Amino acid sequence: MAETMILVPGRSQRQGTSLNEGKLKDEYKRVTSTAELNEKDMRRLKLKNGDKIKLKSNVGQTVVTCMSKKDEDLPTGMIFIPYGPPSSELMESDTAGTGMPLSKHIEVKITKVS
Amino acid sequence: MTEATQTDAKKPTPKKVDPNIGKNIKIVKDATCTFCGCVCDDMELTVDLDEHRITKAKRACVLGRAWFYEHTLDTRPGVLIDGKEATFEEGVEAAANILVDAKFPITYGMSDSTCESQRVTVEIMDIINGNIDTTTSVCHGPSGMAFQGVGESTATLGEVKNRADLVIYWGGNPAESHPRHFTRYAVTPKGMYIPNGKKDRTVVLVDVRRTPSTPVANIFMQIKPGKDFEVLWALRALVKGKKINGNIEKETGISREVLDDLVVRMKNCQFGVLFFGMGLTMTRGRHFNSGALLSLAADLNDFTHFVAKPVRGHGNVTGADNVVSWQTGYPFGVNFNRGYPRFNPGEFTMTDVLSRGEADAAMIIASDPASNFPKAAIEHMKKIPIISLDTKDTITSSIAKVRFAVSTYGINTGGTVYRMDDVPITLRPAFESNYPGDQEVLEAIRDRVKALLSGKKARLAA
Repeated sequence: MAETMILVPGRSQRQGTSLNEGKLKDEYKRVTSTAELNEKDMRRLKLKNGDKIKLKSNVGQTVVTCMSKKDEDLPTGMIFIPYGPPSSELMESDTAGTGMPLSKHIEVKITKVS
Repeated sequence: MTEATQTDAKKPTPKKVDPNIGKNIKIVKDATCTFCGCVCDDMELTVDLDEHRITKAKRACVLGRAWFYEHTLDTRPGVLIDGKEATFEEGVEAAANILVDAKFPITYGMSDSTCESQRVTVEIMDIINGNIDTTTSVCHGPSGMAFQGVGESTATLGEVKNRADLVIYWGGNPAESHPRHFTRYAVTPKGMYIPNGKKDRTVVLVDVRRTPSTPVANIFMQIKPGKDFEVLWALRALVKGKKINGNIEKETGISREVLDDLVVRMKNCQFGVLFFGMGLTMTRGRHFNSGALLSLAADLNDFTHFVAKPVRGHGNVTGADNVVSWQTGYPFGVNFNRGYPRFNPGEFTMTDVLSRGEADAAMIIASDPASNFPKAAIEHMKKIPIISLDTKDTITSSIAKVRFAVSTYGINTGGTVYRMDDVPITLRPAFESNYPGDQEVLEAIRDRVKALLSGKKARLAA
């Protein structure tokens, strides 16, 4: 059963260095397709490092790899992913008259890809 | 003496061999890194002129090293039209025709481009009554709106280095996105009135999660997602001695005690600074969040000296704000359709213009919206002719009708960029590229656009 979580895309150091190598290169694709969840959420959702998960928002869906973070580093119910094409897939285009889509607080339904 | 050290003592000291002997090497001192908005201008670059690459970037951070080492000479074609190799002149002709024939041409990007190139871009859009937007709109655009609404109590990073004894980072992770922000400007460096560096400073970090920046902070405030405005507004109330809701901890994750402690620290510091990132602008509240933070900084000036600065991402995104402002009167999201500039975020910003399917041609400079924009905007980009100028292939350049490969600013071309604190810095390029710079391509397009338009007018008059 899908569970709703908050996706927070952001910068990471490896995302920054890999985009210099090239955004069409495998490393950038790997970095921006790896989502982090805390250990508690991983256990509850019966996930282990390297499992594929489907993230679905109101506008799109994407399949990414999951990795665990310590419970104290990432709150329960939150997913972090480095910015990139997979996170854009889930972003709504409404900017509420600002020009800025809501890019850091995306409600997603998460399911394990069997 | 142990056996191990006796053995070591017998070993001859390895002779240091200069790896650059026999090579055609150039040293560029005080070079500038243009990867992020820190725009560190104290780089010492070792350049292998035979191999056309930077082999050492002294003082660069991990991101800066990747920036300098990965931008080498390329072998891809300089110009592609519909995926086929073309000459520079053919590319310019095709690009100019696309722009002149369009009813609603737009341009976007520019934050990894020099001020000189940005200036030409604005000129082109002015000539063809187009729409201009920069990556600011999906970065600190909401902060730009807040500046207009409540003003900005500001300072340079030099002032921060020399004076700030309370440094607050809100909604950002500089350790990963701007590594030298801590070490060169705001946390560890010793300053005129901060003789002991970090020991003389209190560093506060506010974020929804722990990051590699967290250990740098003396105080970490883990806030609930989407509750920045509430905490900022509560701090404003407390600074003014007003009452706040007793449910503040349940609502925001930050206890009353922590807020009271921060208020005391803010009121009693000598020089306080609030650095804020996209944790504020990209979440619920957007410009209201930035406005609340800027207002808090302004309020604190009743008690002490307090400033606020956005931490900017790309190397010259601040330059884009400055150039578009001085050329049009507005910082981003500017439309020339009526022959004069109009500013309206939400209407003339690129995500909106593309998502509504309005633009019929786009010139994308040094950015990759086809990778970073919402799906609806990307879908529309695939339907219209795109002109792309970039140093590397991206998803945007791969869908472009006309694609120019250009040299890298700061590495191959000179010019001016603005640091995130609006200080202009001159670039010192390291080696020549086989590709032209943005400015050269844009000037050629501008000249051809002018010629096409004057021909059009002459035909209409006849």
